[in-house]
Amino acid sequence: MMETNEFIELMKFKYKLNVIRTYIRYKNRVLFDLNKDVFFKAATFLYKELNFRFIIATGRDNDKTYEIVYHFSNDQTGLITNLRINIPKNKPEIESLTSLFVAADWIEREMHELLGITFLNHPNMKSLLSGENWKEGVHPYKLESRQAKKP
Amino acid sequence: MPEKTIIPVGPYHPLQEEPELFKLYCDGEIVTDIEWETGYNHRGIEKINESKTFEQVFFVVERICGICSTSHPFAYANAMEEIAHVTVPDRAKYIRSIVGELERIHSHLLWVGLAGHFIGYNTVFMWAWKYREPVLDLFEIITGNRNSYAMFKIGGVRRDIEEKDFSTILTILDGLKPKAEMLMNAVIDDPVIHMRTKGKGILTRQDIIDFCAVGPTARASGVDIDIRRDDPYAAYPLVNWKVIVAAEGDIFAKAVVRFLEIFESISIIEQCIEKMRKEKPGDIEVKVKNIPEGDGSGRAEAPRGEVFHYVKSDGSNAPVRHKIRAPSYVNVATFKKSCVGQTITDATLALAAVDPCYCCTERMASVYDARTRNKILDGTGLIRMSQEQTRLIQGRKSKVEGQRSKVEGRRSKVEGRRSKE
Repeated sequence: MMETNEFIELMKFKYKLNVIRTYIRYKNRVLFDLNKDVFFKAATFLYKELNFRFIIATGRDNDKTYEIVYHFSNDQTGLITNLRINIPKNKPEIESLTSLFVAADWIEREMHELLGITFLNHPNMKSLLSGENWKEGVHPYKLESRQAKKP
Repeated sequence: MPEKTIIPVGPYHPLQEEPELFKLYCDGEIVTDIEWETGYNHRGIEKINESKTFEQVFFVVERICGICSTSHPFAYANAMEEIAHVTVPDRAKYIRSIVGELERIHSHLLWVGLAGHFIGYNTVFMWAWKYREPVLDLFEIITGNRNSYAMFKIGGVRRDIEEKDFSTILTILDGLKPKAEMLMNAVIDDPVIHMRTKGKGILTRQDIIDFCAVGPTARASGVDIDIRRDDPYAAYPLVNWKVIVAAEGDIFAKAVVRFLEIFESISIIEQCIEKMRKEKPGDIEVKVKNIPEGDGSGRAEAPRGEVFHYVKSDGSNAPVRHKIRAPSYVNVATFKKSCVGQTITDATLALAAVDPCYCCTERMASVYDARTRNKILDGTGLIRMSQEQTRLIQGRKSKVEGQRSKVEGRRSKVEGRRSKE
């Protein structure tokens, strides 16, 4: 059983240069700011070697970039690890996690639909929620599509 | 040679309470692939919450699901208390756990009833729903509502349980115990239910890990996860209870896990009431004035599995982003494993075994001919098929065969007439 601090040191050691910031939250919650290029390695490490369970990912448009927070859970210690990745708006692309676990399938399709982020190497990049007649290129969770609707 | 057929289950189907479309690809009677379409029930709740204050969000998330209507406020309260660094008073913890466990009892009984109906045992359906009724009455006594209880708030609960209500709660639960036991024994000892559910729709341990499935679905496949124990919240660390795990991973194991969980829930409520009696009545909430900037992840074990809420606050009075992950979102995806290779009648059961909830994620059924796109079977037809399968096993084959020979007799008559002409 690993303590939270030990875990953070391990993550920092493993990705020495690339962990931008670490936050320890109330109780056992950790948030890592990661660079886009190491995120797939970090997710593989969490899932394959430390047996973390993937909970879900949150996508958000924070005006400057697209921000995705991947939530992982360690069911032995109750630790939730959040990996935060910022994706530039001019090139919204990120590696898909479907090659690691099937559970990433739906949420990546949802984020593609709502925010327009492309997930590379995803086997089935169809939209999850909207119907067939939904206009292409309209992503309801983008900031600009919200502002456009205001009178 | 059998024709390949697509069987759409959804979007509106009496088997399932809510809309979602499953397309079962069948080769003869065997399901070879499954596809789904979701979104029929998408209400944009995450988006709505961004325009509500933190207090108002409770009432919105409570309406995500009618069955587990307390697990979403539970997880949301956990997330908010994490942002605000609040510790809830003990009495509020006990009340929260009591409401949470009562919900588990009524939700599992509801599932048992529906599963009985799909198999064709309508007595099980009637009984399970009859015994569920007093639990709903308890909700009315404790919260004032039979559904959508509006009990939770940031820092505590809205209503206290009075001393005089304790005995009523205990009496009703005592009455429920022998009834649930009788129902469980009736289901577990029934040879026909064994034939319909044992070895059907199996999910292995590895499948659960791949699909990241949660709740009774995972626990029936030997994956020992329960948020109440793993990431303790409310009064769960203060009472004694155990996590029910089964190894087989089939539909029968899921039923057993749910039954045994009902008894654990009753025990948890009894212990909570005992502790509340010992401690004098105290505060049921902590006043929270401001929600600081930050983010919180709250979890709660709903009857169907882990509910996850992620809230991001910027220091104002409304969330900037609120992400909700309901247990069915990951459990429904396991159909790809549990239904493929089964017959259509067993696949109907495998779909129900997960206890899918689509207000949380998003359902109907009909059979189409793959080539002509004509409807062959509809939803009621599918249930009828599943119920007939049970009747066949029950040894009423002779009756069915009798009917068949009648049909054949008629056919030969018609042919005889034709040849005469």
